[in-house]
Amino acid sequence: MPSPIRTVAPGPVDERGLVDRVRWSAVGLADFLLFVPSVVLFVLSLLCVGLGPLGVGFALAHLVVPATERLSALHRRIAGDLLSDDLPAAYADTDGRGFLGTPLVWLRDPARWRDVGHLAFSMSGGAVLSGLPALLLVAPLVHLGGFVLQRTAVWGLLLAVGLVCPLVWWLVTPALIRARALADRGILAGGRVERLEQRVADVEATRTESLDHSAAEVRRIERDLHDGAQARIAAVGMNVGLAEKLLATDPAAAAALLREARETTVSALEDLRSVVRGIHPPALADRGLAGGIEALALPIPLPVTVTVDAPALPPPVESAAYFAVAECLANTVKHAGATRAWVRVRHDGRSLHLVVGDDGVGGADPSGTGLAGVARRLAAFDGTLAVDSPAGGGTVVTMELPCPLP
Amino acid sequence: MPAAVIPAVLRALVAEDQALLRAGLVRILEASDMEVVAEVDNAPMLEKALERADFDVAIVDVRLPPTFATEGLAAAVAARAARPALPVLVLSAHVEPLYARDLLASGQGAVGYLLKDRVADVDEFVAAVRRVAAGGTVLDPEVVAGLVAGSAADRPLDRLTDREREVLTLMAEGRSNAAIAGRLFVSEKAVGKHISAIFTKLDLPQASDDNRRVLAVLAYLQT
Repeated sequence: MPSPIRTVAPGPVDERGLVDRVRWSAVGLADFLLFVPSVVLFVLSLLCVGLGPLGVGFALAHLVVPATERLSALHRRIAGDLLSDDLPAAYADTDGRGFLGTPLVWLRDPARWRDVGHLAFSMSGGAVLSGLPALLLVAPLVHLGGFVLQRTAVWGLLLAVGLVCPLVWWLVTPALIRARALADRGILAGGRVERLEQRVADVEATRTESLDHSAAEVRRIERDLHDGAQARIAAVGMNVGLAEKLLATDPAAAAALLREARETTVSALEDLRSVVRGIHPPALADRGLAGGIEALALPIPLPVTVTVDAPALPPPVESAAYFAVAECLANTVKHAGATRAWVRVRHDGRSLHLVVGDDGVGGADPSGTGLAGVARRLAAFDGTLAVDSPAGGGTVVTMELPCPLP
Repeated sequence: MPAAVIPAVLRALVAEDQALLRAGLVRILEASDMEVVAEVDNAPMLEKALERADFDVAIVDVRLPPTFATEGLAAAVAARAARPALPVLVLSAHVEPLYARDLLASGQGAVGYLLKDRVADVDEFVAAVRRVAAGGTVLDPEVVAGLVAGSAADRPLDRLTDREREVLTLMAEGRSNAAIAGRLFVSEKAVGKHISAIFTKLDLPQASDDNRRVLAVLAYLQT
């Protein structure tokens, strides 16, 4: 897989730059060679539309369109890797449309037409962009060969030009390959409407999840209160009532009941405190995110370095960040076997960045319930979560919450 | 079982999932000369226990495992459908007039709905258990208050005097004339007068039987 192209500036001439450019040239060459199937499929696509009324086009479409889809998927993947972006396909749904209905859906689907447009680009301008780096790399060798075989003035001139080629190759390769990837993304990754539709679908999904989550939270709080404090206080009432009844006849039993009642009030208060902590932690309420996270780190049985550099943020964001860090630290204590951990929080004006790391055994599973739950909760804020946890190499959870300052 | 025969030692069945509360209930019942013949902490076991013939009153928590919804209430209503007038006193952590109504609708008295907090008033609670066992109806004052307060303002309730309203509330809780008289420090005769005044003002059918009286009042309050 090629490395993503982060900049098209020349950069230092080092091994890394050289390896990257050779790789990009190879990818470009592969992209260039894909012009062959592109030409074939483009011609066939036009035939499909032309022969559609005769019925043959329907059968042909069932061969051509899926093949085009495969080719587009390959281009999407290459462009996505080069731009370190995810380029999802967004074709119209053809489920249950049958042999004849399906091509009609394809005919009306802008995404399929963009595929066809991309075939045209891939066999023309795209092929040129992709092929140039490889050409610049091979040209000097060809020119040298030609000059060796026939020492004419023309070959001499070409050889002189060829000597400049590597320099040109070094300078233009990133720009050419990135330009091709950008064009692919522009053509294949949907128009503005599709992107907005996708965005709305994402927002709907995360909204539903947030609502489910808060409903579940409310149920959990109700259960905690009912099974905890409420039951204990009722039990205290019973004990005190019975003690009152026994006071005259059996003072010793009454005293024992009262003692039990007093102990039960202590645990009832503990229950209430833990419910309150689960709803909105006092440290977070009183002292903001920094205070909240410090309070989280205090009771943890290993040294935790906390650095927080963030202004006061909207309460929902602070709350989400707090519970995300709480979950990560709980995982560290439960699974990591670490000797130390750290939490770094900073706000760069656009987003809140949270990093929770430890030097434990690693191998954390991002799809585990805890982390997946955090990821879902952050998704409601368009936040992201990434887990880096090689076996034996500690765990670093990086979270980002977009949250521009007013 | 016929309401007339009250055994010397009442036998109770207790269904409550919270161990603390279950222990408290058992302790209170035993300290009040009752015998607890069965303790259960979940709905399936309660359904089995309610089929037994050796208890005089069942004390049931509304919310029980496995699903923590209203299994206790459902089991009680089902058992009373199979055995009419099976004495059941339902305990709830919340005031839910709806649950009380479902219970009362299972008919024929010998039924009660109390908040768990009431158990702390041991003598009152024990009296309520005995009343249900004897075929009476017991409703939590909170539930009644909710029903009275929830009545529309333009209702004939406004025609009642304060004293009549007190009597109505106590009557809705399922108390007998004697108990109401004791509460309000008036003679039983005076209570009887208040009650017939109430029934006249509210257009209720006069009923001699305690239960039917309570049901009439409740039906009135719920409309």
